[in-house]
Amino acid sequence: MEKMVREGQDPTSPVIQLKGVNKWYGNFHVLRDINLDVMRGEKIVICGPSGSGKSTLIRCINALEEHQEGQIIVDGTELNRDLKNIEKVRREVGMVFQQFNLFPHLTVLENCTLAPIWVRKASKKDAEKVAMEYLERVRIPDQADKYPGQLSGGQQQRVAIARSLCMNPEIMLFDEPTSALDPEMIKEVLDVMIELANEGMTMICVTHEMGFAKTVADRMIFMDQGQVVEEATPEVFFNNPESERTKEFLGQILIH
Amino acid sequence: MWVRLWRDPVWRAVFFQVLLILGVVAVVAWVINNTLTNLEHRGISTGFDFLSQSAGFGIIQTLVEYDESQSFGRTFLVGLLNTLLVSFLGVIFATILGFLIGVARLSSNWLLARLASTYIEIFRNIPLLLQIFFWYFAVLGVLPSPRQSINFFDAIFLNVRGISLPWPILDSGMEIVVWAGIASLVLAMGVAGLCRNYRRTKGRPLPHIKVIIASVIIGLPLLTAWLTNAHLQWEMPVLRGFNFSGGLVILPELAALWFALSIYTAAFIAEVVRSGIESVSKGQKEAAAALGLKPRRVLSLVVIPQAMRVIIPPLTNQYLNLIKNSSLATAIGYPDLVSVFAGTTLNQTGQAVEVIAMTMAVYLTISLTVSVLMNLYNRWVSLVER
Repeated sequence: MEKMVREGQDPTSPVIQLKGVNKWYGNFHVLRDINLDVMRGEKIVICGPSGSGKSTLIRCINALEEHQEGQIIVDGTELNRDLKNIEKVRREVGMVFQQFNLFPHLTVLENCTLAPIWVRKASKKDAEKVAMEYLERVRIPDQADKYPGQLSGGQQQRVAIARSLCMNPEIMLFDEPTSALDPEMIKEVLDVMIELANEGMTMICVTHEMGFAKTVADRMIFMDQGQVVEEATPEVFFNNPESERTKEFLGQILIH
Repeated sequence: MWVRLWRDPVWRAVFFQVLLILGVVAVVAWVINNTLTNLEHRGISTGFDFLSQSAGFGIIQTLVEYDESQSFGRTFLVGLLNTLLVSFLGVIFATILGFLIGVARLSSNWLLARLASTYIEIFRNIPLLLQIFFWYFAVLGVLPSPRQSINFFDAIFLNVRGISLPWPILDSGMEIVVWAGIASLVLAMGVAGLCRNYRRTKGRPLPHIKVIIASVIIGLPLLTAWLTNAHLQWEMPVLRGFNFSGGLVILPELAALWFALSIYTAAFIAEVVRSGIESVSKGQKEAAAALGLKPRRVLSLVVIPQAMRVIIPPLTNQYLNLIKNSSLATAIGYPDLVSVFAGTTLNQTGQAVEVIAMTMAVYLTISLTVSVLMNLYNRWVSLVER
């Protein structure tokens, strides 16, 4: 991806900034005072026990969830109650979901061209050309005219990644992309994600795939009870974590 | 040998099915035989000869030419058309109203959502017959007499005898203009199709397309009118004596039945639409929103197409209910099939079996036709699975 550093953009300034972000579901304090800067091209892996707020955190970055306090600034645009800003950020931020969420009434190709045509105002021909390129990159161009219901889970998730990439996003968010997959399909999805990381995409991944994290992450973030408990490079994080909570968590998931 | 057959589930199933068929045939044969014998004993003639006899009674609303001297066969046709008219009007209006209210019910606008659910709770919980009476007696029945009509622009008059509207008179020149109007609509639809295609392939709408389509629709008939020097004549309702004559009159019976049927059925359709929309998973909306689609597009491109396959089967039921409920017309004297044929005609001829059978066959035919059409549509929108 040649356009990772766009002209006129300062590569040294963070592309995503979270400043003192707080969020509540009713009385439940789900995000507590989150501060996070993500640099262009950086790969961040967030892990933590379930209910720790990691999914909520990345869903705040494209405003699928609203935060109540603090600032979230994505590529120079602040997420506030201005719908224009939200739309602008969503155009630049791709998201891959645990449950794939492909549109079952559209073919694979139509899934990939829907947003470029309606949001980017691309022509159908151009959109299809771009879509086929990305489908080739995720290695399923031959499935373009099938419907999502006819594909395996791994194939569906790769289509979902291609669908996001067709919008040519600056940043990709992955919300447990392999958690709903059968074990033999996890690798094919992770391979695509590693390729994407090697091309310089800015990525934030919520995942429990620690092998993947060791391979691609520039920074690991461990969350518990809505707080960032530990933030470190993979070497430090896996070999020498500071907090007891992190050690305990790693002990539980790395046992086998 | 017999014991072994008896233990074989396939043979056993066949045996019971043969037994069932014999039973059904026997019962039906007995009913028919019994009926024919009884009719003969009482001296009631059978057969469909009565259809060509003169009817001898008037009907207040006829879509085809009809007078008292015409046959019972003609009253059948008049009643059938009146049933189809109110059913068609009802289905259209109920669908529009139902979809609007169903979507409004899910709106994030608190007031709109509350109003929609209030509507649904009120209208689906009051008996339909009562609602027909409400519109007929309590709303349309208390309108002023024709002399004190509620008057809109001296053209539309609302009174206890119905709603009088101006109606165009077609002279020969105007006929061409009407055809030009139809042609312009077809042309405009063609242009709209082309431009949708253009939008899909080129990714941007044709410039000024709305203006072009509007001018085709308005311009072509006007141009023909100017060329043929035709003038549009409107037949205006005029007060003569105690009533209006001329123009188009919507009878209070039709209006009451139409309103009641559509408003009642719309409440159910709204619930069907709501459940359809809610059946689409939250993830679908999130995925569409995350791609940057605007809420309106999320609804029209992702949610509604998926909701339709859930909506269609119960929507078909609601259409069938509306059509069958239109037979309540007889309670306020709207001349539908049940009222003029299974009512008046039956009373005058006494040929209950034939009349009721014909009426039932009509409803069955209409309902099955609607079902088949809706099933075809459903198959067309259904999802392709593995």
